[in-house]
Amino acid sequence: MTTTDTSRTPDREDARRALAAGAAPRRFGSWYIAEHRIRAMKGYAGDAIFQSVGNPLIYLFALGVGLASLVPQGVGGVSYLQFVAPALMASAAMTVTANETSYPILLGFKWNPIFFGMNASPITGAQIVNGMFIHIALRTVVTVAIYCGVIALFGAITSPLGWLAILAAAATGLAIGAAISSYTSTIQEDRGQMAMLQRFGITPLFLFSGTFFPLEQLPPFLQPIGWISPLWHGTELGRVLTYGMEEPAWLTATHVGYLVTLFAIGLWATRRHFTRRLDK
Amino acid sequence: MPQPVITARNLTKKYGDFTAVDGIDFEVAPGESFGLLGPNGAGKSTTMRMVGAVSTRTAGDLEILGLDPNDHGPDIRSQLGVVPQQDNLDQELRVRDNLLVYGRYFGLPRSVIAERADALLEFAQLADRTKAKVDDLSGGMKRRLTIARALINEPRILLLDEPTTGLDPQARHILWDRLFRLKEQGTTLVLTTHYMDEAEQLCDRLVVVDKGRIMAEGSPAALIREYSSREVLEVRFGSDKNAEAAEKLKGIGERLEVLPDRILVYSANGEAELERITHLGLEPITSLVRRSSLEDVFLRLTGRSLIE
Amino acid sequence: MTAASPTTSAPLTRQRSALYAGNTGAVIHRGLLATRSTNYLVVLSGFFEPVFYLLSLGIGFGALVGTVQTSTGQEVPYAAFIAPALLAVSAMNGAVYDSTWNVFFKLNYSKLYQGMLTTSLGPLDVALGEILLALLRGAMYAVGFMVVMQLFGLNLAWTALLALPAVLLIAFGFASLGMAITSYMKTFQQIEWVTFIMLPMFLFSATFYPITVYPEPIQWLIQALPLWHGVELVRGLTTGALSGMMLVHVGYYLVMIAIGIVFTTNRLRALFLK
Repeated sequence: MTTTDTSRTPDREDARRALAAGAAPRRFGSWYIAEHRIRAMKGYAGDAIFQSVGNPLIYLFALGVGLASLVPQGVGGVSYLQFVAPALMASAAMTVTANETSYPILLGFKWNPIFFGMNASPITGAQIVNGMFIHIALRTVVTVAIYCGVIALFGAITSPLGWLAILAAAATGLAIGAAISSYTSTIQEDRGQMAMLQRFGITPLFLFSGTFFPLEQLPPFLQPIGWISPLWHGTELGRVLTYGMEEPAWLTATHVGYLVTLFAIGLWATRRHFTRRLDK
Repeated sequence: MPQPVITARNLTKKYGDFTAVDGIDFEVAPGESFGLLGPNGAGKSTTMRMVGAVSTRTAGDLEILGLDPNDHGPDIRSQLGVVPQQDNLDQELRVRDNLLVYGRYFGLPRSVIAERADALLEFAQLADRTKAKVDDLSGGMKRRLTIARALINEPRILLLDEPTTGLDPQARHILWDRLFRLKEQGTTLVLTTHYMDEAEQLCDRLVVVDKGRIMAEGSPAALIREYSSREVLEVRFGSDKNAEAAEKLKGIGERLEVLPDRILVYSANGEAELERITHLGLEPITSLVRRSSLEDVFLRLTGRSLIE
Repeated sequence: MTAASPTTSAPLTRQRSALYAGNTGAVIHRGLLATRSTNYLVVLSGFFEPVFYLLSLGIGFGALVGTVQTSTGQEVPYAAFIAPALLAVSAMNGAVYDSTWNVFFKLNYSKLYQGMLTTSLGPLDVALGEILLALLRGAMYAVGFMVVMQLFGLNLAWTALLALPAVLLIAFGFASLGMAITSYMKTFQQIEWVTFIMLPMFLFSATFYPITVYPEPIQWLIQALPLWHGVELVRGLTTGALSGMMLVHVGYYLVMIAIGIVFTTNRLRALFLK
């Protein structure tokens, strides 16, 4: 639908002008949207930064020090703190992306219907989604990087490749965010779906993804939750990167492949839903 | 003869079984002020969205600035300014930031946007509210800000969907004044409305639409000439007696229209008709002679009132 | 629940005035109707949250831990250690949510209270109604969760039955304090701070591990906060380790309720009856 028809040079002056003016938004529209979302953050940037620093400190004290005291033997040959740190990073990324892809999308279609305003300009539905995810990616990377810094201070990163865990955690968040947005972009009326998503989506992911204990500790019937959970794949990847947890190479490749695939499908579906919903 | 900026041929939009726009044809010339007049649900907003290159047509042809919106949505939209029925300003941003952000969507350089934003806030009489929150603006101010936003890219065509619906009379007049200035500057205006006074004030030419079809086309004056008389006499005999009285009024005026609350007598001379009625021995409770309006044209064409 | 309003209003009858019309029942009735017609699924889903935590940490993490020593020196399985804590936490969460976010939204945005207050209802009817509604919800969750505990064999003594009134006491304490705080708040951002402060309290109050891992000054700090008293109270009851400390815990909550109600009443009087 948005393919540029270059074969025909229009003979009309105003058509030529339109094609010239449309060129920049076609190429950079996604970045214009990202710019907008970042500008809109001005209002709450202070709180966001404070919480990105405060949260990791609280969680690491509670889990890495408190809960760790119950498992002095550690897990899988490393201290409990080392074991749980990558999981907390990935969970933090999930929290950010889940927030950004739930209410803000409902808001943009309904109560503060800016998506329709954007679409009335040269911006396409797909570009709105792209731009949103550029902004979300930036926010997630910043949050996770701060987390990673705090974890390093606690001494829980032993591998030289540890900083790559930032990317693993961010990818986890983005994959989950894309999956969520592919659903929230279809919601017409708010009937508490967000609360349900939190209760039956995010919370179980947080609890059953091998976050606090190896997945094998769960009864077999609960373990499949972990296998399909992007948080489990992201966390395991983070463990490989931060302390060199041993697992077969194919499994590591599966983690990466799963996250990338989920993100791609989620993004594709979200773009499709946006395009359809804006074209009424 | 300049080429039309908008050409629609057999333009059709269906939602499942429901046909919102049913094969309409029209053209809009550059610099013209063109109106779609019709009741709610006539298909005006759907037509506007198709012209705005955000709604894909089901059938027919549509060209805007010589381009097909199916292939050139973004290019066409770069030349449009859109004022939707429902304001969609960003409530998380302040007044001026709304313009700055929106200008960026067109890929305009920041310095150009900043300059235009200040001029437009002046034009929209919002220069003293630049830092205000959108939520704190009145309905009229929000609408003026939306118009300012729509002008940030210096559009060739400005699309206005029900621009003054929901505004108080004073706010409407301020808005009409602003739109009239744009018209004088040569901006092509396309607007929908169900207010006949608005159509008469702003439109050079208009189409009357009902149930997705065009019923008539022309300038407001020409439409009134063609479909109505010069004057209209409105008489009321009381709620239950209008139909009975209408029987006796047959033959008076060029045409009669019996509404639940009143009878309309179409004639070149309303006062003369009123005299004839009194001669017949009928005594209306109230009577009023007025000029014919687009409301009468619509009534004639569809048998229904514009605002129900 | 209509029977509950006269008992809670007893100490307040002296100030019967425009502030309180003794018609809390009407507010509760509206709340129940609103719940039934719109979001009962969401309300119902709240029951699952502590169950998920119990399944995950109690079973999964519990397998790594084995048994834990409670503050009374008893060795209990890890799941039996955290289950009473989760019960207390869910009472806290529900009460705080209902008395902060929910009340704030209704107070400032949905104008529900303005509507209610133009009738013969006083602000205190409204406040008490909301709190009692929250308690009703909390009681539902608590009963459900205690059934789950029973199924998993985590109620170690008959005194576990007393955990139900204990949970209501905890919820009442948090609700009345939350309400008092909310009545002083002006923006949503301020309320987010309440949520932010609750996170460490949730994690540190002997919920998932004994506080003895911390140095003494930090232990004192934790013991000064309300959740720790709630967790210890409920844990004592479900594990059957009764002690004199429990009276202190109960006393703590009674004082908290009293403070909350006094502040809420004063503030509402200042806000609505100028």
